[in-house]
Amino acid sequence: MPKVKYSQKHEWISVEDGVGTIGITDYAQGQLGDVVFVELPEVGQRLDKGAEAAVIESVKAASEVYAPASGQVTEVNESLADDPAQVNADALGEGWFFKIALADPADLDDLMDAHAYAEYVKGL
Amino acid sequence: MAAPETTFTGNRGLQLEEPLIFDQGRPGRSGVDLPAAAAAAGDRLGGLERQGAIGLPGLSEPQTVRHYLRLGQKNYGIDSGFFPLGSCTMKHNPRQGEKLARLSGLASLHPLQPQSTVQGALELIDSCAHWLKVLTGMPAIVMSPAAGAQGELVGLMAIRSALEARGDARRRVLVPESAHGTNPASARACGYAVESVAANGRGRIDMDVLKEKLGSDVAAIMLTNPNTCGLFETDIIDIAQAVHDAGAFFYCDGANFNAIVGRVRPGDLGIDCMHLNLHKTFSTPHGGGGPGSGPVALAESLAPFAPLPYVAHGADGFLLVEHEGQGGGKPLGRVKGFHGQFGMFARALAYMMSMGSDGLRQVAEDAVLNANYLLAGLKDSLSPPFEGPCMHEVLFDDRFLAGTGVTTLDFAKAMIDEGFHPMTIYFPLVVHGAMLMEPTETESKETLDQFIDALKGLAERARKGDVAYFQGAPRLTPRRRLDETLAARQPVLRWRPAGDKTVE
Repeated sequence: MPKVKYSQKHEWISVEDGVGTIGITDYAQGQLGDVVFVELPEVGQRLDKGAEAAVIESVKAASEVYAPASGQVTEVNESLADDPAQVNADALGEGWFFKIALADPADLDDLMDAHAYAEYVKGL
Repeated sequence: MAAPETTFTGNRGLQLEEPLIFDQGRPGRSGVDLPAAAAAAGDRLGGLERQGAIGLPGLSEPQTVRHYLRLGQKNYGIDSGFFPLGSCTMKHNPRQGEKLARLSGLASLHPLQPQSTVQGALELIDSCAHWLKVLTGMPAIVMSPAAGAQGELVGLMAIRSALEARGDARRRVLVPESAHGTNPASARACGYAVESVAANGRGRIDMDVLKEKLGSDVAAIMLTNPNTCGLFETDIIDIAQAVHDAGAFFYCDGANFNAIVGRVRPGDLGIDCMHLNLHKTFSTPHGGGGPGSGPVALAESLAPFAPLPYVAHGADGFLLVEHEGQGGGKPLGRVKGFHGQFGMFARALAYMMSMGSDGLRQVAEDAVLNANYLLAGLKDSLSPPFEGPCMHEVLFDDRFLAGTGVTTLDFAKAMIDEGFHPMTIYFPLVVHGAMLMEPTETESKETLDQFIDALKGLAERARKGDVAYFQGAPRLTPRRRLDETLAARQPVLRWRPAGDKTVE
């Protein structure tokens, strides 16, 4: 099982063999409402932890998606361009945004596990 | 007997269904009877004659008149009813301004007429500029920007020029979370990296966070005051001091000037640059009735970079400074065709002169009073996120809907059935499910009372758990809830004849 961790900005990162797949949480998609547009980073782009990595636009608002860890973008979910509704339908699966080759696995240390994130969301 | 759910015509009483004009009439029908074009006309087009029908709709004059009248009746504007759209200052547009702007000596001028023949018009621009400088307490003003956001861009360009002129190009612009949504976009368009400044628990800028973010690469802060929480930034003098100490400029978004006009001069607060929305505070038409107009007031340090053209006092009367070198300084060039929105200057000047200083002061007082009247009437039914009185607009969050299943959007849709244009929703982002209401000073107590009663009733209905009512709203409009998601994902931007597959 890959390790999934969550950020306070409502991104999730699932790590396998040094590559992290990143998306937004189910809570985040619920708050945003229907997603109508997603702007993804470029493959090869280097992202610092906390840097703006993608833009997501819903019927309610436009928001940024931040990199929960530093690394180089290896792949982006191009199918979101045609079908951004995947973010609403399956935020933790088909609705992933991009993958990065992790620069430093220690970046994950201060992220939350599923239980801690669920508690965090309850407090919002 | 209950009213029928549907009718044979699709009309609802005297509320008439109206198809697109292209879906009406038949080809060839016309309101005028013109003689056939001379056959020779085609020969003069050098082979560029039209080859086929261009698909103009075929309607008689009465059909055409009814079409546009019916569309007009579907419109809802400030002349039809209450329009409490927060941060938009949807106030009444006095008819006197409309009449004066239509005087043929103003409305029939050509922008390229010789200056000697338009001295009155130049004086009008100069007088409007003069009173805006008096009201802002700032020494210079750029009249030409087309609207607020262009004013922001012009202000930032002046700031960038001033910084570059002193050999101190900077990279970042700070924008508080409670600023207007256009501010970060303008900063980005001007080539700056935007950094957000968090609000504190009082809905105002957190001074500690601000001081931490200020540094030698900050070009400016863009503050909205009163901010989009409807609150006055009480630390504004300290903010100005801190910004100037860091060598940066202080941009203030003047979109909410209606709350302070005649009472506070922004120049006295240490503001270096501020745009004014004539279509808000100065009551010129807004939205579809526009155009907007966004003059920018500048401090002495930014004035040399003001764009062209501008009106100056010459030996033989007024003159337009249109070229670099003609009036000194290092002007940015032109930002707008001709002189800006001249018709709006006429309306705004008429407004200022008819109100007088006492009247403008009362504008701000009544605007704030009306917003606080809404706050007082609704604070027990809705949920205000911040303590204390507000300025010209009042913010609520969606805590009063918690657990009901009703969302801010549903609540707003139900307000349409009550005959109100909804308030601004989901903005500002600093509170959850925001509802931002700006009544303006031109609404009567009767209107505000009716609005308060309706919203209290709706809040009570939500608390009683009638979710279906809200999710089905609006019911009494020409169309029910529109599919905003589909509209955003697959917008249909133009009509095409049936079977037309062309793609642009």
